[in-house]
Amino acid sequence: MKLTVNGKKRSYAGLPFKRLLDVLREDFGLTGTKEGCGEGECGACTVLVDGEPVNSCLVPVGQMEGAQVETVESLASAKKLSRLQSAFLEKGGAQCGICTPGMLMAAEAHRRAGGKKTRQAVCTAVSGNLCRCTGYKHIVDSVMAALKGRK
Amino acid sequence: MRKGTVGANALRKEGPDKLTGAARYIDDYDIPGALFGVTVRSPGPRGRIKDVRFDLAFPWDQCVIATAKDIPGKNAVHLLGDDQPLLADGVVNHALEPILLIAHADRATAWRALEHVHVDLEPLEPVLTMEDSLSQKQVVWGLDNVFKDITIVKGDAQAALAEAPVVVEGEYRVPHQEQAYIENQGMAAWFEDGTLVVMGSLQCPYYVHKALQPLFALPPEKVRVIHAVTGGGFGGKEEYPNMIGGHAALLALKAKKPVKMVYDRTEDMLATTKRHPAVVRHRTGLTKDGKLLAQEVDIVMDGGAYMTLSPVVLSRGILHASGPYECPNVSFRARAVATNTPPNGAFRGFGAPQTLFAVELHWEKIAAVLKKDSIALRRLNALRPGSTMATGQVLKDSVSAVQVLDTVVKKSAWAKTRQAHARWNKDPKKPTWRGLGLSLVHHGGGFTGNGEVYLKSRAGVSIDRKGSVKVLAGSTEMGQGASSTLAQIVADALGLPYDSVSVERPDTANVPDSGPTVASRTTMVVGGLLKRAAEDLKLALAKHGGSAKRLCGDALERRFLAEYERAPGMSFDDKTYKGDAYATYGYGALAVELEVDKATWETRLLRVVTAQDVGKAVNPRVVEGQIVGGTVQGLGWALLEQCVYKAGVMQNPRLTDYVIPTALDVPDVEALIVENPFPGGPFGAKGVGEMPMDLPGPAVAAAVLAATGLFLPFLPLTPERIQAAADAAQAEKELVS
Repeated sequence: MKLTVNGKKRSYAGLPFKRLLDVLREDFGLTGTKEGCGEGECGACTVLVDGEPVNSCLVPVGQMEGAQVETVESLASAKKLSRLQSAFLEKGGAQCGICTPGMLMAAEAHRRAGGKKTRQAVCTAVSGNLCRCTGYKHIVDSVMAALKGRK
Repeated sequence: MRKGTVGANALRKEGPDKLTGAARYIDDYDIPGALFGVTVRSPGPRGRIKDVRFDLAFPWDQCVIATAKDIPGKNAVHLLGDDQPLLADGVVNHALEPILLIAHADRATAWRALEHVHVDLEPLEPVLTMEDSLSQKQVVWGLDNVFKDITIVKGDAQAALAEAPVVVEGEYRVPHQEQAYIENQGMAAWFEDGTLVVMGSLQCPYYVHKALQPLFALPPEKVRVIHAVTGGGFGGKEEYPNMIGGHAALLALKAKKPVKMVYDRTEDMLATTKRHPAVVRHRTGLTKDGKLLAQEVDIVMDGGAYMTLSPVVLSRGILHASGPYECPNVSFRARAVATNTPPNGAFRGFGAPQTLFAVELHWEKIAAVLKKDSIALRRLNALRPGSTMATGQVLKDSVSAVQVLDTVVKKSAWAKTRQAHARWNKDPKKPTWRGLGLSLVHHGGGFTGNGEVYLKSRAGVSIDRKGSVKVLAGSTEMGQGASSTLAQIVADALGLPYDSVSVERPDTANVPDSGPTVASRTTMVVGGLLKRAAEDLKLALAKHGGSAKRLCGDALERRFLAEYERAPGMSFDDKTYKGDAYATYGYGALAVELEVDKATWETRLLRVVTAQDVGKAVNPRVVEGQIVGGTVQGLGWALLEQCVYKAGVMQNPRLTDYVIPTALDVPDVEALIVENPFPGGPFGAKGVGEMPMDLPGPAVAAAVLAATGLFLPFLPLTPERIQAAADAAQAEKELVS
């Protein structure tokens, strides 16, 4: 089967029921996407599929024929952090960092969808992503700063 | 003069790697030739292992299997008691106790192997509650089930209670809590020219280093422990990595290949350590004005099946039992007891959240008896400079109990908010009742008593010929911000820009033992050592005309290390619990405004305001991250998080039904940083990591009391439990009328 990952055409010939998460990490070497619970509860494995955030631990790769998959590795370009990533760095949105890739992808989906620039809307956008370090305030600060386009 | 970096929001050294997915956590390492290891665990809480059966239909010839018989050294996970086997040998003392290990080249096959091994137990009667343990229904540990029994006495509490005009009693219960770091436990191990190398998710490289030596009968130089980027710890990766590290190493020894072990969420929640549940009883004597005359406190903590760190958790618990108040007569007793449940261990706060919950909520009970304001009572009795604590410690510098209390009262608009709630609650058309609650705590920084003296921590800095400076410490970054904070301290001590200082990766082959990354000690204690070492480097550099090249001479680099020295005038007696229990204390206050739904009994947090004295915020954003994150973890313990046990096994070991807060469950915590410098800390800094965890529990219970009139001396306050208490109160009322 064929799919596009971070803009690159990829083919996969293994078991169709292998989780997208494992295919990304093991077959494609993209270990930026993390596993936290394996049952779609924590959101650490969030990636974008055709622009929509999904828990890659719940998606069998067999459903990904022709899909556009984006992971955290796609956000920065040529060693330059994206505006969203820079905001996370400056506002303290990442602490231990294990939820960060999923958190960034959920926030990125919200940003691209033209989501509201209110704290409530941002909280809702990342409410499927658990963080045990930050208490969320600095994550919301980070996303808000990126949405407002200021550093 | 250059503007320093201490006090600035320096960016995390490891931040960009974490944001791009480049940071490597243990499961992100593709170790060539590595097998994947899994653990066969006890199906029951206590028994003799009769048989271990292997299904014939499974390809066991492809697996490596290790048992207790394969351990080359002593079968004990080194900690305080050395009573916990690495693998059970003949008997099991708790459900999920590790019995044997299996490794296979394919991860999925390794997991599947677990379904084809069956452990037959001859059951023995277990002890599952603290009450049964204390009454010695069965003796399951030592001679009396007691891991540790501590007393603290000051004055004559019994006599003072007999004469006190007012005596108020209360009993408080707090439950287990799961650390719920988002990265599960994981370690990898291999042998390299006769040296055992272990790498993984951990807080304390030198704990693992020390634990592996007796297990494998290896000298210190033949064991190397390397830190991988760690996805949260909260205490959960203080001592448990000794166990999983030992398991990975044993399989690697047997397989003669590298072995990686990474738990899934359910195994992590079922088998690894949690916060100690506790029962705390208070008898408090007061004057009619509310001045403390005597505090009698009895504490029992459930240690689980093995000692782990229970004695020191208990120690921190009893040392915080008074709360931040001065009382002339004190009688405290604390016991940690054994039950046949998975061992409890370190968790942010380390015994203090348990005892502080009790003493803080007890003020609400006292206030009701005296018909006085609990805040006024706290202010009347709060620790001040010159106060004498239960251990006889006289407080000198940086005592901020009243300051943080007043800050929170003001910022939360206490009186005005309470009046608004009174009006709201009178209106029957409102769908909720509203309440405001407060707590005030102190939290000792660094190891308890002589702990720091025994640790003899060493940390330092290196400089190479080009003048690059590195921080050398075994202290780990686990999200709390050690990497930036320690580099900031070194940069300012040297007068160098922040960017010119990097942090060496914690690796026992390459960094000194700066002690464990625990106990709110990294900034205060390790940061202090680093500042001294950096000052030595600065002097040495000056002697060489500021030339790093000349300073290094023929060497590639020069290292400057500092070792911990007890502050002059400090002393503590471990036997009598007299003296300076901690070098200093942080102080914090927190107010919670919430509402309780009249129909569903659900609580909704409206506002959380906290003020915490950290001495000096080396990096205010990092400090705020600790305060807000710790507060939300505490709010989870207070309102949501419930470990349900049956026959010594957690019944909800998943993030689906063990619920931790999401972004929608908590308001933005308003954190006010108070800076009352501690002369013994670097740039005046005290610890901050744990204190935020102490505050939310009692403040939430006080707010629920204010909203509903229900005094609920337990956690978590889930809708079901509030409703049950309301129903019981209603039934009692009807019975009386």
